[in-house]
Amino acid sequence: MEFFAQQFINGLTLGSIYGLIALGYTMVFGIIGMVNFAHGDVFMLSSFIALIFFLILTSWLGLTSVALVFLIVLVVAMLLTALWGWAIERVAYRALRGSFRLAPLISAIGVSIFLSNFVQVVQGARNKPLPPLVRDVIVLYQNEQYTVTLSYKQANIMATTAALLAGFWYLVQRTPFGRAQRACEQDRRMAALLGINVDRTISLTFVLGAALAAVAGLLYLLYYGVVSFSDGFVPGVKAFTAAVLGGIGSLPGAVLGGLIIGLIETFWSAYFSIEYKDVAAFLILIVVLIFKPSGILGRPEVEKV
Amino acid sequence: MANTSTLGPIAPAMTRPTGTAFPALLKDAALFALVTLGLSIPVVAYRTDLGQGTGLELTARWGLVASLCLAVFVLRLAQRLILGEVSRRRDARIRARADASAVAAPKALRPGRALGSLTLAVALTLPALAALGSGGLSEGRYWIDLGILILTYVMLGWGLNIVVGLAGLLDLGYVAFYAVGAYSYALLSTVFGLSFWICLPLAGLFAAAFGILLGFPVLRLRGDYLAIVTLAFGEIIRLVLINWVDFSGGSAGISSIPRASFFGIPFTKGEGGFADLFGLSFSPMHRVIFLYYLILVLALITNVVTLRMRRLPLGRAWEALREDEIACRSLGIDTTITKLTAFALGAMFAGFAGSFFAVRQGFVSPESFNFLESAIILAIVVLGGMGSQIGVVIAAIVMVGAPELLRNLGFLKAVFGQGFDPSEYRLLLFGLAMVAMMVWRPRGLISERHPSVRLSEAKR
Amino acid sequence: MSLALPPDAPAAAGLADPVLIVDHLTMRFGGLTAVGDVSFQVGRGNITALIGPNGAGKTTVFNCITGFYKPTEGMIRLRRADGETHLLERLPGHDVNRVARVARTFQNIRLFPQMTVLENLLVAMHKPLMRASGFSLAGILGLPHYRREEEAAIARAAAWIARIGLTHRADEPAGDLPYGDQRRLEIARAMCTDPVLLCLDEPAAGLNPRESADLNTLLRLIRDEFGTSVLLIEHDMSVVMQISDRIVVLDYGRKIADGTPDQIRADTRVIAAYLGVDDEEVAAVEAEVGLTGTEASGVSA
Repeated sequence: MEFFAQQFINGLTLGSIYGLIALGYTMVFGIIGMVNFAHGDVFMLSSFIALIFFLILTSWLGLTSVALVFLIVLVVAMLLTALWGWAIERVAYRALRGSFRLAPLISAIGVSIFLSNFVQVVQGARNKPLPPLVRDVIVLYQNEQYTVTLSYKQANIMATTAALLAGFWYLVQRTPFGRAQRACEQDRRMAALLGINVDRTISLTFVLGAALAAVAGLLYLLYYGVVSFSDGFVPGVKAFTAAVLGGIGSLPGAVLGGLIIGLIETFWSAYFSIEYKDVAAFLILIVVLIFKPSGILGRPEVEKV
Repeated sequence: MANTSTLGPIAPAMTRPTGTAFPALLKDAALFALVTLGLSIPVVAYRTDLGQGTGLELTARWGLVASLCLAVFVLRLAQRLILGEVSRRRDARIRARADASAVAAPKALRPGRALGSLTLAVALTLPALAALGSGGLSEGRYWIDLGILILTYVMLGWGLNIVVGLAGLLDLGYVAFYAVGAYSYALLSTVFGLSFWICLPLAGLFAAAFGILLGFPVLRLRGDYLAIVTLAFGEIIRLVLINWVDFSGGSAGISSIPRASFFGIPFTKGEGGFADLFGLSFSPMHRVIFLYYLILVLALITNVVTLRMRRLPLGRAWEALREDEIACRSLGIDTTITKLTAFALGAMFAGFAGSFFAVRQGFVSPESFNFLESAIILAIVVLGGMGSQIGVVIAAIVMVGAPELLRNLGFLKAVFGQGFDPSEYRLLLFGLAMVAMMVWRPRGLISERHPSVRLSEAKR
Repeated sequence: MSLALPPDAPAAAGLADPVLIVDHLTMRFGGLTAVGDVSFQVGRGNITALIGPNGAGKTTVFNCITGFYKPTEGMIRLRRADGETHLLERLPGHDVNRVARVARTFQNIRLFPQMTVLENLLVAMHKPLMRASGFSLAGILGLPHYRREEEAAIARAAAWIARIGLTHRADEPAGDLPYGDQRRLEIARAMCTDPVLLCLDEPAAGLNPRESADLNTLLRLIRDEFGTSVLLIEHDMSVVMQISDRIVVLDYGRKIADGTPDQIRADTRVIAAYLGVDDEEVAAVEAEVGLTGTEASGVSA
C-alpha cells in the first residue's frame, strides 16, 4: 500500500508534465487539425533554454534564492520558447494551409528533425546534467518498512501545473482570445468572415502551446536533472498518446490523458518491467486509436460524404 | 510580419517599380535577423559543456550568433529580391500569354527517358568507372561502397514510394519492415544455417506478413493517425529487439552473420573459392562488386514491379485511393484490401533490402532501425516528388551521397576549422529541406504525373 | 407497398417490377431523426426523382441506399431482373456497388482529380479488370489474356468518353475539366461499373441551361439504351419535371407524396409543405413548375 501510494505520487508528477505537453498537441489539432509532430522537440529545446538560464543565474550571477531563480527561468523559458513556437508556425506551417492533407505533417516531421539536430549541433550530443537545487522532501507517512514522501520538486511540479492550468483555462474560456480560438476551431472560414483574425489566432495558439511546453520542459529538467538533444521524441509521443487518449481537441482531456499515461507508465515500471515501459505507452496509443479514436472526452467524428 | 503580406509579389510590376520597395525589404530582412537573434538566445549564444568539476560550464559565442543573424539577413534579402523578380516575370508571362490567348501547360521539371537511361548506364558501369577513375579496383572501393549505400536507400525509397507516393498512406514506421528483413536473415542463417538465397525470399515474405498483420487493424484510420500508429509500431519493434535478449541478442545485436556467396560459391581465398573457380587472382573486391550488382538488381526489380503495378487495376486503385477514398468505395473497391496490398508490397521490398543489409554488414543491431532511418527514407520519397521513380534516385544521391562526399572535402575543414564534420549537419539540412519542399514545391522536385495509359496511344 | 396515389401508365409498368424497395427506412443521428419511416419503390427502367426542401433527408436516404450509412431501422432491397435480391443495408460499403451493383455520384463531385479522364473510367472497371489481371499476378507477367481484357475495357471507356463528348480531353487530368464536364464524367464513371441502379445526387447543380439540357439527354440515354434504373435527387424543377417517370417527395424526413410528375404538380400538400409559406417563393416555383397560367406547358414539350 505504501509502495502504491509512493508510485501514485510519482505517477501524478510525471503525468502533470505529459499533460502540459499534451495541451500543445490538442490545441493545435483542435484549431487546424494537424498533428504538430515537432512539439516534443520544442519541449526538449525549452529544457535546454531553462538549463542555460539556470546556469547563468546561479553560477554567473550568483543568485541563491531558489524560488526567485525558478520564477525568472520560468518566465524567460516561456517567452523564448513561445518565440520558437511562433517562428515555426510562421515559417513551416502557415504556407501549407491550402496544401494537400499530409503536407503539414511532413513539414512538422522536418521541423522535428531540424530541431533535435540543431540542438545537437549547437550544444553537443552528450547528456547535460543539472545539479539538484532542492533535495528536501515532505514525509507523508512512515512505518518500519516504508516511507512515503513527496519531494519539494514533486510538490512544485504539481502546484505549477495546477496553477498554469487554472490560468490557461481562464484564458480560453473567459477572454476574447479564447472566444476567437474556440470560434476558429468550430469553423475557420466563418470566423474569418466575422472579423476574427484567423492567422493571428492560430499563431497565438502555437505560442501558447509552446509556452506550456516550456513549463513542461523546465519541470522535466528539474525532475530528472538531465537533458539531451534526443529527449524530445519519446516524451513527445507519450504526450501525443495522452492527448489522443483524453480525446484530441479536448483541453481537460489532454490533462486527464497525461495523468493516466503518467500513472500507467509509473505503475508498469514499478510492478511489471521497466524495460518495456515505452512499449506500454506505444501500445496504448495503438489500441486507443484503433478502438476509440475519439478518446475519453472527445467528440466522435462523423464521416462527411 | 504584417508587411510581408502587403508587400507580397501579387502587386503588378507596373505599379511597383523595383526601387521603392527596397527599404521595406530591408526592414523585413532586419525583422528576420531580429527573430533569429531571439531564437539564438540562449541555445546558440551559450554552449554548455561538462567542465572539470561536477557541473556544466558555459561558453559564450556571441560571434556565432552575430554571423548567424547576418546570414539570415542576407539570405532573406536575397530570397525576397529573387522571388520578387521571378514572380514579376511570371506575371508578365501570364499576361503575355493571356494576350496571345495561347494555352500552354505550365512547364515543370520533366526529366524524360534520357535522364533515366543515363542514370541506369552509370549505375551498371559504376565499378568499371570507379576502377578507371581511381586507378584500380581496390582504390575504387570507396566509390563502390558509396554506390551500394545509395542503392540501398534508392531501393527503400522505391519501396516506400509504393505506400506513400502511390497509395497516399504515410508510413512512419517503414524501417520496422527493414528490421524484420534484416533479423530474418540474421536469425535464419545463424540459427538454422540457411543460405542467403533461401533467406532472401523468406525475409521478404516475413516482412510482408508483418505488414499485413499491422495493416489490418490500422488501415481504417485517417491519414495522420495512421502515420502515428505506424511510428509507434516501428518503435515497438525496435524496443522489443533491444529488450528481448534471448531472441535478438539485445542491443549487442547479432554478429558473424554468414557472408553472401556467389550462388553457393564462397568468395574465399584458395581452393573452391570464387576466384579459384573462375581462374581469377583472389581479390576481396570480387565480393564487394557482387554485392553492388546484387543491390542494383534488387532495386531494379522493385522499380520494374512498381512501374508495372501502376498500369494494373490494383495500382490504379492505389492512386485512386490516394485521391479520394470515398469515391473508391462507391465504385466497389474494397479500400482495406487495396491499402493492405500496397502496405504488404512496400513491406516486402523493405524486407529484401533488410536481408541485403544484414548480409552486407555481417552484423545487425537495433540501433540501425530507429525512427530517424524511417524519416530519412521518407525524406527521400518526399523530396523526390511522391510517386516519381527517378525523383527518388536523385533525392537518394543528393541526401545520402552528397554528405558522404562533403565529408572528404578538405577545403571545408580549412574554412570551418579542423573539427568540422559536414555529416553532423546532414540531418539538420534534411529537416530544413523537408520543410522547404513542403512550402515551395509540395509535389517534390519531379512533380509531373505521367498517365498510366493514354487513349491517344491505345488507339494507334 | 403503400402508394398514396394511383400510378399512371409508364410508371406503373416499372412499379410492377420494382428494382429498389425501401421499407420503413429510419435513420437517427443521436436524438435527431433525419429520416423517419420512409417507404418507396423505384420501378425498373424508370427515372425516379427524390425531391424535398433542404434538410428533408434526401441525401441521408441516398447514403443509406448506397451503403455509406447503416440505417437505424428498415429494409432496403435491390431486385435484379432475374429476381435475385440483395439486402443493401446488410452489405459492407463497397459491396453495395461490387455485389449489388448500385452506383452513385456525389453532391460535391468526387473525381480522382490528378488522374486522367480515361483512368477515372478504368478505375470504375476495377472488379472485372482485377479478375482479368489474376489479381495482379498475371498482369505483372504481362500475359496476353489481361492485355486483351484491358483493351476491351479501354474501348468501353472510350465509348463513354465519346458519349459525354470528351474524346479530345481523354488524357487530361479530370481535375482540369470545367464543372459541367466533371459532372458528366462522374456519371459516366458510375455507369462504367455496369450498375443495375444509378443514384445521382443533384446532378444538375451548378449547370447552365445548356449543360442541363445535355444532362437530360444523357439520363434518357442511360434509361432507354442501357436499361439502367435511375434514382436522383434534384432541386432543378425543369430537370425533375421533364425526365422523371415518378417523383417521391420528402419533408422533414417523412414521405409526403409519391406519384407521377402530373400528380405531384397538382398535389396541394406538396405545394404547401415543399414550398413552405413564403409567398414569393411559391409564386416563383409555381411558375417554374407551370402550375399558374398555362397549365402544364413545360412537361410535354
